[in-house]
Amino acid sequence: MGLITRLALQLAQMALMLALAPLLAGFVRVLKARLQRRSGPPLLQIYRDLAKLIGKDAIIATDASWIFSTAPYLMFAITWVSASLVPSFATDLLFSWSGDLIVIVALLGTARFCQMLAALDIGTAFGGLGASREAMFASLAEPAMLMIVFTVALVAGSSQLSAIATFMHEGTQGLRLSLALGLVALVIVALAETGRFPVDNPATHLELTMVHEAMVLEYSGRHLALIELAHALKLILYLSLIVCIFAPVAIAAPGAGPAALALGLFAYLVKLAAGGVLLALFETAIAKMRVFRVPNFIGAALMLGLLGTLLLFVSASL
Amino acid sequence: MCAAASLILGGVGGVLARRPAGRMIVYGGSLAIAVVALLAALAQLALGIAPDPLVVLPIGLPHLGASGLGMQFGMDDLAAAFLIIANIGGAAASLFALGYARHEAEPWRVLPVYPVFLAAMNLVVIAADAYGFLLCWEVMSLASWALVMAHHSEAATRRAGVIYLLMASAGTLALLLCFGLLAGPAGDYAFAAMRAVPRARWIGSAVMILALLGAGSKAGLVPLHVWLPRAHPAAPSHVSALMSGVMTKVAVYAFIRIAFDLAGPPAWWWGLVVLLAGGMTAVLGVLYALMEDDIKTILAYSTIENVGLIFVGLGLALAFKADGMMAAAALALTAALFHALNHMLFKSTLFFGAGAIQHATGTRDLAQLGGLIHRMRRSAVPMLIAALAIAALPPLNGFASEWLLLQAILLSPALPQFGLKLAVPAIGALVALSAAFAAACFVRLYGIAYLGRARGTAAAAAQETDRWSLSAMIVLAALCVAAGLLPGFAIDLLAPVTHALLGARVSTQAGLSWLTIVPVASRQNAYDPLLIALFIAISAVIGALALRRFGVRITRRAPAWGCGYQEFGPPARTLITQYSPSGFVQPIRRVFAGVIFRAHDEATLPLPGEAHPARLNLRWSDPAWSLLYAPLIGAIDWLAGQTNRLQFLTIRRYLAFVFMALVALLGWIALWG
Amino acid sequence: MSSATALSIAHVLAGALVLVSFMMLYQDRLSSVINVLALHAAVLGCAVGWQAYIQHAPELYITAGLALGFKAIVIPIALHRIVERFGIHRQVEAVGGISLTMLGGIGLVALSMVVMLRTAAHADALAREDVALALSVILLGMLMMVTRRNAVSQIAGFMSLENGLILAAAGAQGMPLVVEISVAFSVLIAFIVIGVFLFRIRERFDTVDSTALDAFRGEAS
Repeated sequence: MGLITRLALQLAQMALMLALAPLLAGFVRVLKARLQRRSGPPLLQIYRDLAKLIGKDAIIATDASWIFSTAPYLMFAITWVSASLVPSFATDLLFSWSGDLIVIVALLGTARFCQMLAALDIGTAFGGLGASREAMFASLAEPAMLMIVFTVALVAGSSQLSAIATFMHEGTQGLRLSLALGLVALVIVALAETGRFPVDNPATHLELTMVHEAMVLEYSGRHLALIELAHALKLILYLSLIVCIFAPVAIAAPGAGPAALALGLFAYLVKLAAGGVLLALFETAIAKMRVFRVPNFIGAALMLGLLGTLLLFVSASL
Repeated sequence: MCAAASLILGGVGGVLARRPAGRMIVYGGSLAIAVVALLAALAQLALGIAPDPLVVLPIGLPHLGASGLGMQFGMDDLAAAFLIIANIGGAAASLFALGYARHEAEPWRVLPVYPVFLAAMNLVVIAADAYGFLLCWEVMSLASWALVMAHHSEAATRRAGVIYLLMASAGTLALLLCFGLLAGPAGDYAFAAMRAVPRARWIGSAVMILALLGAGSKAGLVPLHVWLPRAHPAAPSHVSALMSGVMTKVAVYAFIRIAFDLAGPPAWWWGLVVLLAGGMTAVLGVLYALMEDDIKTILAYSTIENVGLIFVGLGLALAFKADGMMAAAALALTAALFHALNHMLFKSTLFFGAGAIQHATGTRDLAQLGGLIHRMRRSAVPMLIAALAIAALPPLNGFASEWLLLQAILLSPALPQFGLKLAVPAIGALVALSAAFAAACFVRLYGIAYLGRARGTAAAAAQETDRWSLSAMIVLAALCVAAGLLPGFAIDLLAPVTHALLGARVSTQAGLSWLTIVPVASRQNAYDPLLIALFIAISAVIGALALRRFGVRITRRAPAWGCGYQEFGPPARTLITQYSPSGFVQPIRRVFAGVIFRAHDEATLPLPGEAHPARLNLRWSDPAWSLLYAPLIGAIDWLAGQTNRLQFLTIRRYLAFVFMALVALLGWIALWG
Repeated sequence: MSSATALSIAHVLAGALVLVSFMMLYQDRLSSVINVLALHAAVLGCAVGWQAYIQHAPELYITAGLALGFKAIVIPIALHRIVERFGIHRQVEAVGGISLTMLGGIGLVALSMVVMLRTAAHADALAREDVALALSVILLGMLMMVTRRNAVSQIAGFMSLENGLILAAAGAQGMPLVVEISVAFSVLIAFIVIGVFLFRIRERFDTVDSTALDAFRGEAS
């Protein structure tokens, strides 16, 4: 395949992530509303919100420094780049080798670092509250994520996402218990990292219960738009990650023709929709946890990851 | 090499004489010497220009072994790698001190010792026999002790000095025994001779354990770390930077030299012991750091964490080496060495920044700081870079070395022993845990010291630091960025070291497209920080341009919402509503430190109608003290109390003691002599 | 069906049993502990049933049926009744740190793996793996019994331990049916005995917290 085509595919992937992210978040929102017998906002409401925010003045707290106004751009850019590193409809895109799964996880850590700094920059209690809770969640979620990476990488023989997707697509690994544990753990980590139920409430504005919202409380205008977009991108990133590792059905192989690419795209959309439905069902069925129950919840993911790695050695010695 | 060594010594001699002449000569001279030594080491490692292999000085103990001519010095590839680390750190610290040392109250306590300290660290690294090594090691310890005691008027400093002296002598004792075992009955103390001596398995193991104790106590392995967080912060900031950034690396060098080079083929459990020590050190070190409020103590504890990470790499390398997987061992060793270099870069920067803060505000207490980014605009930038780097975040250098370490861990299932197979992934989880804690720790440090609003009047009146200090910080931060974006060059630079020690090397990275790094060619796991940084920059610019084109550009300033408290007067406004450093870490403390440190928060709330403020009492205890050192001190106390009685005996009893000792010795000779 | 697939399904089922044991350690409410216990027995039934299918051992179907019928339905319902009668179904148990307990559990699993892989290195792969996982389930059940104060959750721990024994027995081909049935009956009898004890403790001390027993014997501090 020519360089131009590969470059075009890579750009298409970036654009696709950016365009789909608000749609997915809106889709989950609509579904949740319907499940709770509310009529809910229209499907495209998030796009409208973003457009409106971009058209508003940005207000910055008196004591904030340049970190506060730079952080949204960085968070957005980092999340967007790492989302583009996750194979969605095709593997082995032009730049997909520039970072493996560990790099993606760490990039999200950089985005979180920026966000926590920005939260502390305004010098109010809310920023500190959100940042300190986020730091506690992250300190468990990151090792849990790494154990999942270990499990998957040891099964697939590589921590490169394209290689993992190709390996899983071939299906030679059969049914592995470790992978099942890894899936459960990854779902828990994804819920925690994207600030969904039962860890955080994406819709709350009640001070004592929020985590993510507390950190971005002082943002407005275009800065807030960037942060909302980054948040939506994070959701689509984790969903794509789960789908690409555990269900790479019909993902287009390197050098595939237009038909395979179209099939891959269609399958990706279907998989995203299915993930969204499951997320909405789960969020409707479960209540938010107390903050100090969350460490046990994420800690369970860490345990599952460890257990998955341990069990791997049993089955590896078969 | 000769030139570098003699230059260092000459510098020391020249400088010692001119004590009153001032800091410019001492620090300027140190800077020049360090740069020369750095260039020499770089030339050897990168270009292969090696000077005379071995220099034998005409001084030394006369009857030490067959070649007992005197102290030997030589620069092989391992020494060159650590010379680079030592001299970048030394040069930067000297540059920083050119400006910073102006504020020193009693410069004559620092100036004469400082070059001796630098020279001793260099000489330890290039020593090629045990006598020279131990002599320079001891000079290094004593010089650093003298520097710690520069501010001896504070009681805490004196206490730190006593503990440091005790731990340093204990460590040297362990190393002395270690070299004694290495030399064996022949008693040849040259390193070259030690390599050739065949020795029993258990002697090699004893040597490794002694080296771990001796070098580990200097490097700060838990539980031998207790002196480090007391001594490092007590010294002047440029010396703290040297002690944390360079002296711990010299200790790492000592361990590598003994365990990889001299001790012979490793047993598989060596790796496990070092791995466990390293993993425990990494997590506990950073947990301690999270609990502290003093900036320099936080940095010292974070040094312990990083030393733990380096030892994880070394342990992994030992395990791979024992099982003959030399390529994997080379990867792990490269990760450890690279992390040693990186840690020197960012930890020195952070200590410089802490020194600048201490000078500008007169305090190191995080709870008094805040908002410094508005008043120390320029030095806030290198500090931010260093904080990002030490938190192991891409695309900076801390992440690059940690990524290499994780790649080495991913190779561990190929190890045959089940103990290692199961332990190494768990150690990997500990590494990730410590990285996440480090991120929390440095968000806390940076966010509370530099961001938000001033928590005290001193912080509100802070001044920017001087040009020399600033340039030192900027140079190191730039090196952090460079090492982070181009890790391939650093890996290639370290390749001769692993080749010399293990006979294998990480495949050459220089020729790969887009300057990416692929440490294990068969796995294709790649990381390209340059490309990723480029992507992030482009995406951010695209975002900014799009907002400029389509959005509203107006930015207004308004007070932040603080539930009405922002309406109060200035002191209340600044103190009441912001998070305090211990408040920030409360969730982590409650989840993690409750068991390990027996941390306990106790809040006393005023009853309705009472006017006094609520109080938060925070208690925690150091497990190393309460479980290891307190019983040890108690035992020594008891023993001393018992021996004290010997002072009050009659002459007849003393004679009886002497007589009995004589008879016992004679009897021993009669039986075993 | 290929034998590799059969093996991996057995592997997944046995591992799921370990996972459910961990879920039980994670719970801190009595009613959810009992629900997880029912799930535990159901998974055991599936695992044993699958073993029956791949080993062509019809008597194992009976064991699976017993597990499903008694342990997954009858006993949990009975336990729920007891808990309801005592009015402790919402009681939150004082567990000494869930994370620590689970960390200990991971350690136990690692231990049983190392032990089994070392001692039974030449055994049949399927049997060895089943025994390794079954040993983990047994150890986790013991951990559950050791770390809990409430007698009801101690019963749950004991029953999950029993399930681990049955899993081991089903994996080791050729255990006679008599043993199976006797194991099943022993569980039932143990359950009855413990149930009776529960009521006795309750009558005496008005609580089912077993520390009350220690206090009665003068052992508690």
